[in-house]
Amino acid sequence: MAMNANDIESMIKAGIPDADITIRDLAGDGDHYAAEIVAESFRGKTRVQQHQMVYQALQGNMGGALHALALQTSAPE
Amino acid sequence: MSDINSWIDSEVKSADVVLFMKGTPNFPQCGFSGQVVQILDYIGVDYKGINVLDNDDLRQGIKDYANWPTIPQLYVKGEFVGGCDIIREMFQATELQDHMKTNGITIRQEASA
Repeated sequence: MAMNANDIESMIKAGIPDADITIRDLAGDGDHYAAEIVAESFRGKTRVQQHQMVYQALQGNMGGALHALALQTSAPE
Repeated sequence: MSDINSWIDSEVKSADVVLFMKGTPNFPQCGFSGQVVQILDYIGVDYKGINVLDNDDLRQGIKDYANWPTIPQLYVKGEFVGGCDIIREMFQATELQDHMKTNGITIRQEASA
Protein backbone atom coordinates (compact mmCIF):
# COMPACT_ATOMS: atom_id res chain seq x y z
CA MET A 1 0.00 0.00 0.00
CA ALA A 2 1.18 3.53 -0.52
CA MET A 3 -0.11 7.08 -0.60
CA ASN A 4 0.43 9.87 -3.11
CA ALA A 5 1.57 13.36 -2.20
CA ASN A 6 -1.80 14.96 -3.01
CA ASP A 7 -3.65 12.61 -0.66
CA ILE A 8 -1.21 13.44 2.12
CA GLU A 9 -1.49 17.17 1.49
CA SER A 10 -5.30 17.19 1.36
CA MET A 11 -5.58 15.10 4.53
CA ILE A 12 -3.25 17.40 6.42
CA LYS A 13 -5.05 20.46 5.03
CA ALA A 14 -8.42 19.01 6.12
CA GLY A 15 -7.10 18.40 9.62
CA ILE A 16 -5.10 21.63 9.91
CA PRO A 17 -6.87 24.16 7.68
CA ASP A 18 -4.39 26.98 8.25
CA ALA A 19 -1.39 24.80 7.33
CA ASP A 20 1.03 25.81 4.60
CA ILE A 21 2.34 22.45 3.32
CA THR A 22 5.34 21.50 1.17
CA ILE A 23 5.73 17.80 0.37
CA ARG A 24 8.78 16.15 -1.18
CA ASP A 25 8.75 12.59 -2.47
CA LEU A 26 12.02 11.09 -1.19
CA ALA A 27 12.04 7.77 -2.96
CA GLY A 28 9.34 7.73 -5.61
CA ASP A 29 7.81 4.63 -4.05
CA GLY A 30 4.79 6.29 -2.47
CA ASP A 31 6.12 5.37 0.93
CA HIS A 32 8.85 7.86 1.79
CA TYR A 33 8.01 11.52 1.92
CA ALA A 34 9.22 14.66 3.69
CA ALA A 35 6.81 17.43 4.62
CA GLU A 36 7.42 20.96 5.82
CA ILE A 37 4.34 22.36 7.52
CA VAL A 38 3.91 25.89 8.81
CA ALA A 39 0.72 26.68 10.72
CA GLU A 40 -0.37 29.35 13.16
CA SER A 41 -2.16 26.62 15.13
CA PHE A 42 1.27 25.13 15.99
CA ARG A 43 2.23 28.24 17.95
CA GLY A 44 2.97 27.54 21.61
CA LYS A 45 2.93 23.74 21.09
CA THR A 46 5.92 21.43 21.54
CA ARG A 47 7.35 19.64 18.49
CA VAL A 48 5.80 16.40 19.75
CA GLN A 49 2.37 18.02 19.98
CA GLN A 50 2.76 19.59 16.53
CA HIS A 51 3.69 16.25 14.97
CA GLN A 52 0.82 14.52 16.79
CA MET A 53 -1.58 17.03 15.19
CA VAL A 54 -0.24 16.02 11.77
CA TYR A 55 -0.51 12.30 12.57
CA GLN A 56 -4.07 12.85 13.73
CA ALA A 57 -4.89 14.58 10.43
CA LEU A 58 -3.49 11.53 8.62
CA GLN A 59 -6.15 9.42 10.36
CA GLY A 60 -4.07 6.38 11.22
CA ASN A 61 -2.26 6.15 7.87
CA MET A 62 1.04 7.10 9.47
CA GLY A 63 3.04 3.98 10.16
CA GLY A 64 0.61 1.95 8.06
CA ALA A 65 0.00 2.92 4.42
CA LEU A 66 2.58 5.62 4.89
CA HIS A 67 5.87 4.15 6.09
CA ALA A 68 7.97 7.27 6.35
CA LEU A 69 7.03 10.93 6.55
CA ALA A 70 9.90 13.10 7.72
CA LEU A 71 8.22 16.03 9.39
CA GLN A 72 9.39 19.59 9.92
CA THR A 73 6.76 21.70 11.64
CA SER A 74 6.76 25.30 12.83
CA ALA A 75 4.59 28.33 13.44
CA PRO A 76 5.03 31.27 11.05
CA GLU A 77 8.02 33.52 11.93
CA MET B 1 -3.55 -0.86 32.68
CA SER B 2 -2.95 -3.73 30.21
CA ASP B 3 0.02 -6.06 30.76
CA ILE B 4 1.99 -4.68 27.88
CA ASN B 5 1.22 -1.12 28.95
CA SER B 6 2.41 -1.69 32.52
CA TRP B 7 5.48 -3.52 31.19
CA ILE B 8 6.27 -0.56 28.95
CA ASP B 9 5.65 1.85 31.80
CA SER B 10 8.18 0.02 33.97
CA GLU B 11 10.73 -0.21 31.12
CA VAL B 12 10.41 3.48 30.36
CA LYS B 13 11.37 4.22 33.95
CA SER B 14 14.02 1.47 34.22
CA ALA B 15 16.84 3.68 32.94
CA ASP B 16 17.50 7.39 32.51
CA VAL B 17 17.52 7.09 28.71
CA VAL B 18 15.47 4.38 26.96
CA LEU B 19 15.24 3.91 23.19
CA PHE B 20 12.49 1.76 21.72
CA MET B 21 13.86 0.82 18.32
CA LYS B 22 13.86 -1.71 15.51
CA GLY B 23 16.89 -3.91 16.09
CA THR B 24 19.56 -3.30 18.73
CA PRO B 25 22.09 -0.48 19.22
CA ASN B 26 24.77 -2.73 17.71
CA PHE B 27 22.52 -3.92 14.87
CA PRO B 28 19.81 -1.35 14.07
CA GLN B 29 17.34 -2.83 11.56
CA CYS B 30 15.85 0.43 10.32
CA GLY B 31 17.43 3.63 9.04
CA PHE B 32 15.48 5.84 11.40
CA SER B 33 16.39 3.77 14.47
CA GLY B 34 19.99 3.74 13.25
CA GLN B 35 20.04 7.54 13.04
CA VAL B 36 18.97 7.95 16.67
CA VAL B 37 21.55 5.36 17.77
CA GLN B 38 24.25 7.33 15.94
CA ILE B 39 23.17 10.57 17.61
CA LEU B 40 23.11 9.02 21.11
CA ASP B 41 26.50 7.40 20.53
CA TYR B 42 27.92 10.67 19.20
CA ILE B 43 26.87 12.71 22.22
CA GLY B 44 28.10 9.81 24.35
CA VAL B 45 25.08 9.07 26.51
CA ASP B 46 24.37 5.72 28.20
CA TYR B 47 21.01 4.32 27.11
CA LYS B 48 18.96 1.17 27.10
CA GLY B 49 17.89 -0.15 23.66
CA ILE B 50 14.66 -2.14 23.49
CA ASN B 51 13.96 -4.06 20.27
CA VAL B 52 10.28 -3.78 19.40
CA LEU B 53 10.71 -6.44 16.72
CA ASP B 54 11.00 -9.01 19.49
CA ASN B 55 7.31 -8.77 20.36
CA ASP B 56 4.30 -7.59 18.29
CA ASP B 57 2.31 -6.53 21.35
CA LEU B 58 5.23 -4.28 22.28
CA ARG B 59 5.50 -2.96 18.74
CA GLN B 60 1.88 -1.80 18.82
CA GLY B 61 1.73 -1.11 22.55
CA ILE B 62 4.49 1.46 22.48
CA LYS B 63 2.65 3.41 19.77
CA ASP B 64 -0.48 3.49 21.93
CA TYR B 65 1.52 4.32 25.07
CA ALA B 66 2.94 7.53 23.59
CA ASN B 67 0.15 8.22 21.11
CA TRP B 68 2.94 8.16 18.51
CA PRO B 69 2.55 6.00 15.39
CA THR B 70 6.18 5.24 14.57
CA ILE B 71 9.39 3.72 15.86
CA PRO B 72 11.99 4.74 17.14
CA GLN B 73 10.86 6.47 20.31
CA LEU B 74 13.24 8.08 22.80
CA TYR B 75 12.41 8.48 26.50
CA VAL B 76 14.43 10.52 28.99
CA LYS B 77 13.62 10.13 32.70
CA GLY B 78 10.40 8.37 31.76
CA GLU B 79 9.21 11.15 29.46
CA PHE B 80 8.68 10.78 25.70
CA VAL B 81 11.08 13.14 23.91
CA GLY B 82 10.45 12.29 20.25
CA GLY B 83 10.99 10.14 17.23
CA CYS B 84 13.77 10.32 14.65
CA ASP B 85 12.89 13.72 13.16
CA ILE B 86 12.55 15.47 16.47
CA ILE B 87 15.72 13.91 17.96
CA ARG B 88 17.69 14.92 14.86
CA GLU B 89 16.29 18.48 14.98
CA MET B 90 17.02 18.76 18.71
CA PHE B 91 20.53 17.39 18.19
CA GLN B 92 21.31 19.87 15.41
CA ALA B 93 20.10 22.72 17.64
CA THR B 94 22.05 21.21 20.61
CA GLU B 95 18.72 21.12 22.45
CA LEU B 96 19.13 17.35 22.95
CA GLN B 97 22.45 17.82 24.73
CA ASP B 98 20.86 20.55 26.89
CA HIS B 99 17.84 18.35 27.61
CA MET B 100 20.14 15.60 28.85
CA LYS B 101 22.12 17.97 31.04
CA THR B 102 19.02 19.55 32.59
CA ASN B 103 17.89 16.01 33.43
CA GLY B 104 21.24 15.31 35.13
CA ILE B 105 22.42 12.89 32.47
CA THR B 106 26.14 12.98 31.68
CA ILE B 107 27.13 13.28 28.03
CA ARG B 108 30.61 12.50 26.78
CA GLN B 109 30.31 14.34 23.44
CA GLU B 110 33.46 13.54 21.47
CA ALA B 111 35.28 16.48 19.95
CA SER B 112 33.92 16.90 16.46
CA ALA B 113 36.04 14.84 14.07
